[in-house]
Amino acid sequence: MVWDWLFTYWPQLLYGLWITLVLLFLSMTLGMMLAVPIGLVQVTGPWWLKYPARGFCTFIRGTPLLIQLWLMYYGLGQIFPMIPGLRHSFLWPVLREGFFYAVLAFTLSTAGYEGEVMRGAFLGVPRGELEAARAIGMSPWQVLRRVWLPRALRQVLPTLNGETILQLKSTPLAYTVTVMDLMGATSMIRQDTYRIYEPLIFIAVIYMVITFIITKGFAWAERQVPVKR
Amino acid sequence: MTLTRRFVMAAAGAAAMVMAAGAAQADIKIGLSSEPYPPFSSKDASGTWVGWEIDFMNALCAEMGEKCTTEEVSWDGIIPALTAKKFDAIIASMSITPERKKTIDFTDMYYNSPALIIGPKDGDKDISPEHFKGKTFGVQVSTIHSNYIDKYFKPAGAEVKTYGTEDEAKADLAAGRVDYVMGDSLTLFTYLASDAGKACCEEKGFPPDDKEILGEGVGMGIRKEDTALKEKLNKAIHALSAKGTLTEISKKWGLDGQMKLASPQ
Amino acid sequence: MPDWLAKALTLLSWGPAGYGDELFHGALRTIEISALAYFLGLTIGALAATGKLYGPNWLKKLLNGYTTLVRAVPELVLLLLLYYAGTDMVNTLLGGFGKGPVEVNGMAAAVGVLGFVQGAYSTEVIRAAILAIPHGQLEAARAFGMGGPLMARRIIMPAMLPFAMPGLANLWLIVTKDSALVSVVGGIAELSLVTKQAAGVTKQYLLLYLVTAFIYLTITLFSNRIFNWLERMTRRGQRKLV
Repeated sequence: MVWDWLFTYWPQLLYGLWITLVLLFLSMTLGMMLAVPIGLVQVTGPWWLKYPARGFCTFIRGTPLLIQLWLMYYGLGQIFPMIPGLRHSFLWPVLREGFFYAVLAFTLSTAGYEGEVMRGAFLGVPRGELEAARAIGMSPWQVLRRVWLPRALRQVLPTLNGETILQLKSTPLAYTVTVMDLMGATSMIRQDTYRIYEPLIFIAVIYMVITFIITKGFAWAERQVPVKR
Repeated sequence: MTLTRRFVMAAAGAAAMVMAAGAAQADIKIGLSSEPYPPFSSKDASGTWVGWEIDFMNALCAEMGEKCTTEEVSWDGIIPALTAKKFDAIIASMSITPERKKTIDFTDMYYNSPALIIGPKDGDKDISPEHFKGKTFGVQVSTIHSNYIDKYFKPAGAEVKTYGTEDEAKADLAAGRVDYVMGDSLTLFTYLASDAGKACCEEKGFPPDDKEILGEGVGMGIRKEDTALKEKLNKAIHALSAKGTLTEISKKWGLDGQMKLASPQ
Repeated sequence: MPDWLAKALTLLSWGPAGYGDELFHGALRTIEISALAYFLGLTIGALAATGKLYGPNWLKKLLNGYTTLVRAVPELVLLLLLYYAGTDMVNTLLGGFGKGPVEVNGMAAAVGVLGFVQGAYSTEVIRAAILAIPHGQLEAARAFGMGGPLMARRIIMPAMLPFAMPGLANLWLIVTKDSALVSVVGGIAELSLVTKQAAGVTKQYLLLYLVTAFIYLTITLFSNRIFNWLERMTRRGQRKLV
């Protein structure tokens, strides 16, 4: 075991850690924001929203994330030359970065898995509570905002810890589309030093530490939410 | 009941198959990179490997009278896979460099071709390092070309994106996500001659040679301790050269005269 | 027929001109790797769950370490680590038993790694399912004088399967998708690697990745049907839940 590379490459590793965490945070928050409407329309939406939402969840859950990521990055990249003016548009600085596709793919993945969870959570709210809310004259929007959504979200909260960790474990895929996350930094170290075990063991430990912190964080957050049983 | 029994038997069977899978032994195991790298090696639509290096490998094994089997592994893991004894020799257009020689050994050079830079069709053929300031290079990871960019273009202000395979770097050049791709001239010329290459890109120029980084030609990677294998492979390489087999293979792939081949001695 | 459609059909055709047969064989390879890894995982899971429930304290700690490790470290990192280090480890282990070195080929390594990961998850599924068996059933078995192995085969296995089935079905879906990661290591012509190679040669990234996504989706949907049927089979003779 040789660890002297750590002294040379710690800035890259630190930057990689930052990218990994940003990827995780963005995809989880954006994904959850999408998951709520996707779950909701599957329960109450009109058919033209319900079926696309269901199809979306099935597709995301039934195909490997790696293929989804490559489909978006290399598949869309193949169409770019056919769109005139795209390279000079304001979107281009974003579209040319692998980071954007990684965030997109991971967000859609979270939305697909959590959309399914949210569907169950919306269904799991007792009917009586919704009827009571309606009976005291709440509009459908008020029912959703004051009763249905908060109750559903509270049911989902305990599963979020596990989902966040699963998402964290998916982030290394981003290095296959040129993102320099922790895994990308490791790949760079491997290229320069031909050391393969040590950098991988090192980031494995980092991932375990992040997992530990996430678990503790969620445990703390759950204690802050008052639940009356 | 039958269900549980079948369940147990299937599990035991699976475990046994995994154990047995490690048993096969061949004379010489050749490691190939599992990516398309035409005209040297790529998988055609019928699922067979074809290319200059595949023909070279077959000729080499015939010359030695050995039975060769191949094992594919991704390019960025090919040296670790060699040292982990997943195979005995690498045939993957790997240049002999001082840096790689710290980890593995090489046979004598069997071909050599210069590096090339390609970019979008804009007629701008300036390849001085200063010109690349703020431009992005696409390059395959763990290659001499990646090291070259790091040494000459990065300090001048160029950015680099590394890819697992060269075709991905080319795809991003076509998509416009990178401004230049640097790689082996023969693979890049093959790309420029293809429909995709014709539509997007052109040759920009040959960067000045640097033997320290770009190496002295392509050799077969072998483990340092396998000196007997090295002798044997070297003998066969020079014999193929003396017989003119290497030139024949180059003619077959339309590369005659474009690449330097191994000497007869 | 429009030009692009004709091109797409040629690209996906069966035989030496197209990639149809390669993709099909890749899909079979994917199923093969997944099935072997799945059953290896189940074997590890069954043993580890038994160890976690009934084993001595040091074994419980060791197994907890195993499941924690796998659940916290990304599959890709484990795959790369075990793929390269695995051969060394196996040989060191065999050397300890006085056996000569073996060559671990790509297939065995991939199955081994995916099975190792699966094993950790199946441990938890099987452990939870065994804990869900009503206590009285086990006591009754003991009262009849059944020994450990007999009880495991006749009582625990059939009784825990209905509880484990949904979790095990889910694990199968996970392993079919995780097998795509093997393409990053290269070496086995499973669906993702075949697609990657074909896309690299033809530059038809969009079409090929779309087709491959739908092949995976088909595998998933088809597996769902089989597992639904299996779950019904394991629940035979049980009272229907509402």
